[in-house]
Amino acid sequence: MNNVLRIDRLEPLIIPMTALLFALILFAIFITLVGADPFGVFHSIYRGAFGSWFSWQNTLVRAAPLMLTALCTALPARMGLIVIGGEGAFVLGGLCSALTGLMLVGSPAWFAISMMMLAGAITGGLWIAAAGALKYRRGVNETISSLLMNYIAIAVMNFLIIGVLRDPATLNKPSTYPIDEAHMFVDIGNSSIHWGLVVSIVICLLLWFLSRRTVFGYAVDIAGGNERAARIARLPVGFLVLATCFLGGASAGIAGMIEVAAIHGRANTSLNAGYGYEGILIAFLARHNPLLIIPAAILMGGIRAASGLLQRSHDLPDATSLVMQGIIFIVILGSESLYGRFKIFRQQHSSERAVA
Amino acid sequence: MTIPSPYLLEALIIRKVFDDFVALDDVSLKLARGSFHALLGENGAGKSTLVKCIMGYYHPDGGNILLDNKEVSINNPRDAHNLGIGMVYQHFTLIPNMTVAENLILARPHLPAMIDWKSELAELETRMATMPFKVPLQSNINTLSAGEKQKVEIIKQLLLDSRLLILDEPTSVLTPNEADEVLGQIKGMVDDNGLSVLIITHKFREVTGFADEVTVLRRGKYVGSCKVAGTETKTMAAMMMGSEVIAEPLARAETKQNETLLEIDQLSAESSSGETAIESLSLNVRAGEIVGIAGVSGNGQRELVEVLAGQRDIANGSIRLHGETFDATRRQARLHNLHCLPEEPLKNACVPNMSVAENMAFNNFDIPPYALKGLLINRGRIRERARTLITQFKVRTETEDTRIGALSGGNVQRAVLARELSGDIDVLVVANPVFGLDFKAVEEIHNRIMAARNNGTAVLLVSEDLDELLELSDCIHVISGGKLVYQTTPSEADRSVIGQHMAGH
Ligand SMILES: Nc1ncnc2c1ncn2[C@@H]1O[C@H](COP(=O)(O)OP(=O)(O)OP(=O)(O)O)[C@@H](O)[C@H]1O
Ligand SMILES: [Mg+2]
Repeated sequence: MNNVLRIDRLEPLIIPMTALLFALILFAIFITLVGADPFGVFHSIYRGAFGSWFSWQNTLVRAAPLMLTALCTALPARMGLIVIGGEGAFVLGGLCSALTGLMLVGSPAWFAISMMMLAGAITGGLWIAAAGALKYRRGVNETISSLLMNYIAIAVMNFLIIGVLRDPATLNKPSTYPIDEAHMFVDIGNSSIHWGLVVSIVICLLLWFLSRRTVFGYAVDIAGGNERAARIARLPVGFLVLATCFLGGASAGIAGMIEVAAIHGRANTSLNAGYGYEGILIAFLARHNPLLIIPAAILMGGIRAASGLLQRSHDLPDATSLVMQGIIFIVILGSESLYGRFKIFRQQHSSERAVA
Repeated sequence: MTIPSPYLLEALIIRKVFDDFVALDDVSLKLARGSFHALLGENGAGKSTLVKCIMGYYHPDGGNILLDNKEVSINNPRDAHNLGIGMVYQHFTLIPNMTVAENLILARPHLPAMIDWKSELAELETRMATMPFKVPLQSNINTLSAGEKQKVEIIKQLLLDSRLLILDEPTSVLTPNEADEVLGQIKGMVDDNGLSVLIITHKFREVTGFADEVTVLRRGKYVGSCKVAGTETKTMAAMMMGSEVIAEPLARAETKQNETLLEIDQLSAESSSGETAIESLSLNVRAGEIVGIAGVSGNGQRELVEVLAGQRDIANGSIRLHGETFDATRRQARLHNLHCLPEEPLKNACVPNMSVAENMAFNNFDIPPYALKGLLINRGRIRERARTLITQFKVRTETEDTRIGALSGGNVQRAVLARELSGDIDVLVVANPVFGLDFKAVEEIHNRIMAARNNGTAVLLVSEDLDELLELSDCIHVISGGKLVYQTTPSEADRSVIGQHMAGH
C-alpha cells in the first residue's frame, strides 16, 4: 500500500494546479471580453515564454530575481509572518551594492562581486529584519510596516540618485555612476543568461536545505506552528523572527545586486520594476517552499517575458500579463481555503474497501 | 398506527476509517428520549469520533442515523443544530480575543446581518437568569480559566435550545465540585425539561451519580450497553478495559529530603489583561518531594505555570534552580533538567500540524544523535526514538508520522508526557496532568510522577483536583488571589479547611 501513489498525498499538487487552470479560464474570458482570441493569446504566451531557446533565455533571465524576491515572503511565512517588503529590500540592496561597486573600481572581480553581494544581502536583510523587530518588540503588523517601508526605500533611492549620487552624464534617466565593467556578471556560454540565474537557484536550494534539514529549520517550524510550544521548549523566538526576516530580506537584496551587476551596471529607477511584488505571488504559488519557488518563478517569468509578443501580435497592452498574474494570484490565494475540504483526498481507502 | 419509538437518537452500525485505521468498526448507540446517557471507553476508543459522526463533523463510511425513528442525513454541524442537536467539543471552540457575551451572541443561528448589540445583550442577560450557572459576560475569553471556558461552552449550547446535548468530556477541566454543580443542573434539565444528554466521561463517579444508561466502546468496537442502576462500576471498568490489568498505585518511597532544587522567590507576574496575577509568591521544592498547589482555577495557577514554562514574563522576583538564577534559556533548562507539563497540551506544548515523532523531539532535536554535530536533523533517529516512546507510554497512534493533532485527546497527553518524562529530570512542573485520561492512564501517570519523585526529582504539581493532590503530594499549598495562603500536609489535611482557604476565607 505504501508504494502506491496515494491521492491524499497529491492534494498540495492538485489544488494549486486546478486553481491555475481555473485562473487561465478566467483570463480567457477577460481576453474574449477585450475582443482578442484567447487561444491565440495562450499560444503567444507559450511561444513568448517557452516556445524557443530564445524565449527560454528571456524567461530564465526574468525568473532569476523573482526566485530571490519570492524567498523574501516565503521565509518569514514559515514563521507565520506575511512580509511583502521584497520591493524595498530589492531596491535598497541594489543601490547599496552599486555604491559598494563604485568604491571598489579597479579591485579584483571576485573580491568586488563578493563585496557587492554582501552589501546587497546585508542591506536587504537589515531592512526586512527591521519589520520583524517592529513586529516582535512592538506588535506592529509586519504586513503593513513592510509595505510602507517599500515606499520609503523607493523614496530614499530616488532622493539619492537624483541628488548626491547622480552621474551628471545621465540626463533623462538619473542614475549612479556605472560600476566597473570588469565587475559585471557575464553570460553563461554563448547564451544571454547571466550567472545570476545560477546564484539564484543555488540560494533557493540552500534555503530549502536550511528549512528542511537543519536544526534552524526545525526550530522555525515549531515557532511558526505554535509560539507557545516554542516558548515551552525555550526556543529563542525573537531571534528566529529576526533571522528568517533577515534571510528573506538578504535574498531580495541579492536579487537587487544581481539586477545591478548583470543588467544595468548602475543603480537607477529601473530597479523599481515590481520584481518584489511579483515575488509575493510566487511565494504563495509555491506555498512558501523554497524548492517549488524555482518552477513557480520560471512560470511567472515566462508570462512576463511573453508580454512583448502579446503587444506586437495581438495589439494587447503591456499590462495584459499583469492582469493575468493578478488573476492567478487571487485564485491561488482563494484556493488556500480549500485544503481539507475535499472528500476525495480523505476517503480513498474506504472507497477502495467498498469496491473490494 | 406505529408505536412511537422510545429512542430519540439511534446511530446504527456506524463505520469510520481514517486512512487505513478503523476508528469505528460498525458501532451502534441507542439513546432513549429524556435520558442521561454516558459513553465510556479508554483513550482512543473512538468516543469523540462517534459523536463527531453524529454531529456531521465527520462523514461516516457506513451506517445510518435515526432521529425520532426517521433516517436523517446530517452533513455538517449546522444540520445537526437545525435538528436540535448541540455539542460541546473536547477542545475549546470559543473565539479568543472576544468577550463571553460576544461569543454567546455570535453562536446564535440566523444572525441578522447587522447585530444590535445592545438589545442582544439585554436579551442575553435575561436568559442568563434561567441558566444553571453564571459566567462573566464582559470578560475576554483569553482571560478565562479552563473551567470558566467550559461553562461558557455549555451555556452556549443551552442557549440554542438543543433537545439533545452532546458533551465530550465536559468535566475533565472542572473541579469535582464544579463538575457536580454543572452536571446536577444539566440533570435537572433532563428531568424537568425533557432534555436528552449524551455525555462522554472518564469518571465513574459522574456515571453513577447522574447517568441513566451507558454504552461502552473498546478499540473502535461496540462492547455493550446497560442501565446504570444495578450495574457495578467494576463491571463497567471490565467492559472498558477487557482483560487488561490495571497498575497498582506506586508506594511513596522514603527519600532523603536534602537539596532545594527549585526556589521561587518573591515572584510577581501579570495576567494577559495586565492585572496582577501572582503577587510576591515564594516557594521551595526539594529533591524527592512533590509540592502540590491547590486552588480554584483563575487564582494565578495558570500564570505561575506559564512563568515556569517560559510563556510569561516575570514582573518581579526570581526563580532559582540548583541555587542558580534561572534565565529561561534553553541551555539552562537543559543544564538543570527542568521539564514542564502544561495543561491543554495540544495548545500549549505541541504543533498540531507536525508529526508525533517531531513533537516528541522538541526537547532534543538540536543535540546529537538527533542532530548531527548539533546542526543537521537526523529524522531517522528522531522517528526511531519516537517509536520507542510510543511503545513505552502506550500512545495510540497509527504511526509515528501521524500529525499529532489527529490523536485522541488522551493520547496527545500521553505523547507530551512521554517527551517530558523520559531522560533525566531534576525539576518537574506539572499542571493538571490527568485531565481527560481514562482511569487506567490516570494510575499510570500518577505512578510515573511518583516514580520521578522517588528518584529524587523535585516536583511542583498544580492541580484543581484535591484528591489527586492528597494522593501524590508531600506538602500542599493553597493559592488564592495570586498568593499562597495556607500550607498543610496530606496526613494533617482537613478538606473543609482547605476548601475555605481556596474560597478565599
Ligand atoms: N482526523 C483523524 N485522522 C486520523 N486518525 C484519527 C483522527 N481522529 C481520530 N483518529 C484516531 O481515531 C482513534 C479514536 O479517536 P477518538 O478521538 O475518537 O478517541 P476518544 O475515544 O475520544 O479518546 P479520548 O478519551 O482520548 O478523547 C484514535 O486512535 C485517533 O488517533
Ligand atoms: Mg475524545
